[in-house]
Amino acid sequence: MKTVEEAKQDASYKSALTELLYQLADDDFIVAYRGSEWLGLAPHIEEDVAFSSISQDTMGHATMFYQLLEELGEGDADHLAHGRTPAERKNAIILEEVNGPGHYLKEPRYDWAFAVVRHYFYTLAKKIRMESVKQSSYEPLQHVAVKVNMELYYHHMHWKTWFMQLTGTQGEARERMLTAVETVLEDFGGVLTLGPKEDEITKHGLIEGEEFQRKRWLQEIKPIFESLNIEMPKALGMKRGNGRAGEHTEDLDSAIDTLTEVYRQDPAATW
Amino acid sequence: MTLVKDSVMTSLESVKDPEIDTVSVIDLGMVEDVSFEDGHVSVKMLPTFMGCPALEIIQKNVEEALYKVEGVDSVEVKFINNPPWTSDRITEQGHVRLREFGIAPPPTHSDSGEWHVDCPYCGSTYTTMENIFGPTACRSILYCKGCKNPFEAMKPVSTIM
Ligand SMILES: [Zn+2]
Repeated sequence: MKTVEEAKQDASYKSALTELLYQLADDDFIVAYRGSEWLGLAPHIEEDVAFSSISQDTMGHATMFYQLLEELGEGDADHLAHGRTPAERKNAIILEEVNGPGHYLKEPRYDWAFAVVRHYFYTLAKKIRMESVKQSSYEPLQHVAVKVNMELYYHHMHWKTWFMQLTGTQGEARERMLTAVETVLEDFGGVLTLGPKEDEITKHGLIEGEEFQRKRWLQEIKPIFESLNIEMPKALGMKRGNGRAGEHTEDLDSAIDTLTEVYRQDPAATW
Repeated sequence: MTLVKDSVMTSLESVKDPEIDTVSVIDLGMVEDVSFEDGHVSVKMLPTFMGCPALEIIQKNVEEALYKVEGVDSVEVKFINNPPWTSDRITEQGHVRLREFGIAPPPTHSDSGEWHVDCPYCGSTYTTMENIFGPTACRSILYCKGCKNPFEAMKPVSTIM
């Protein structure tokens, strides 16, 4: 097991570690941002409270991962979150996708089915990753994972309930859910990949390999799909590219633009 | 020396949760370690929920309180992640004070994942979960069928989850 100092002295280890941390941080950061855009638009007031609480937690997790990067000498955590260009980001493409047509200030036509499916599938994947990094060779990451995992318990329960209830009905709700499932799966391989540096990441015992993670995810989702009579996916795709390799869509550009507007005005301000 | 240490603990006892002003950071089990040497106090604290926006305020309040202690020249307050904060760290006194505020203390988590809380107002056991996510990450909203009041409860969190 390695400490911060030990990691800093081992160039190959550090490079694999920072790669993984960027993936974890950037995923949480962008999905929390997309979640926060729902504020005031969720189906009912209780959901508004719950969803914003989940998004706030998730942003807190992103901050923790950026702080781990800061400790390793990657720069100020605030800058890592707000100051990096889209091409430098390692998040999966499905997490950057807009919530739906329209803008959250004017005529948002957000898709709740898409939100439920994306957040449920992502939370499940994150749970698998956190359980895996609880055994990571990097000690500070282990500690963060234990903490994240406890909070994730509630997020997972929340999204699973929505997923089961909406998909378990008949008619429009189910149809829209099935369409969303299809859309999300087409790019969900992007969440469950470790990208071009997978070998280095697994070689150093930082997290289990992507094949393992994919299997675990499918294994967890299987009983849910079966109980709802949904066909198991034949593949988990990366239709629009691999975010871990820096491939992204316009949706990320505009998100980063919006969310860094305030930051760029005065990068030295404290929040 | 011991006198200063006592005053340090007393002053930590005076730092309340910004949203629940009857409960101190000690009651919540957030203080993991306090050391004092040559006028320097170092405090290690555990964050409750990581998305908790109150953490920075708490840190600032702890620092301010400690600087007021006679014999203290410098202060360092740090949040650490190990051990993880769990809801069973809340003290007995914390439980009493939470109830005074109208918030049910966290129940223990059963293996089945189910949990149950009694109404902090009337003690009734006839309560239902309204929203697992309350106004802050660490609280849930429930409803008491006994006295017909909505109330909040601290969420149980433990490492077995
Ligand atoms: Zn009652």
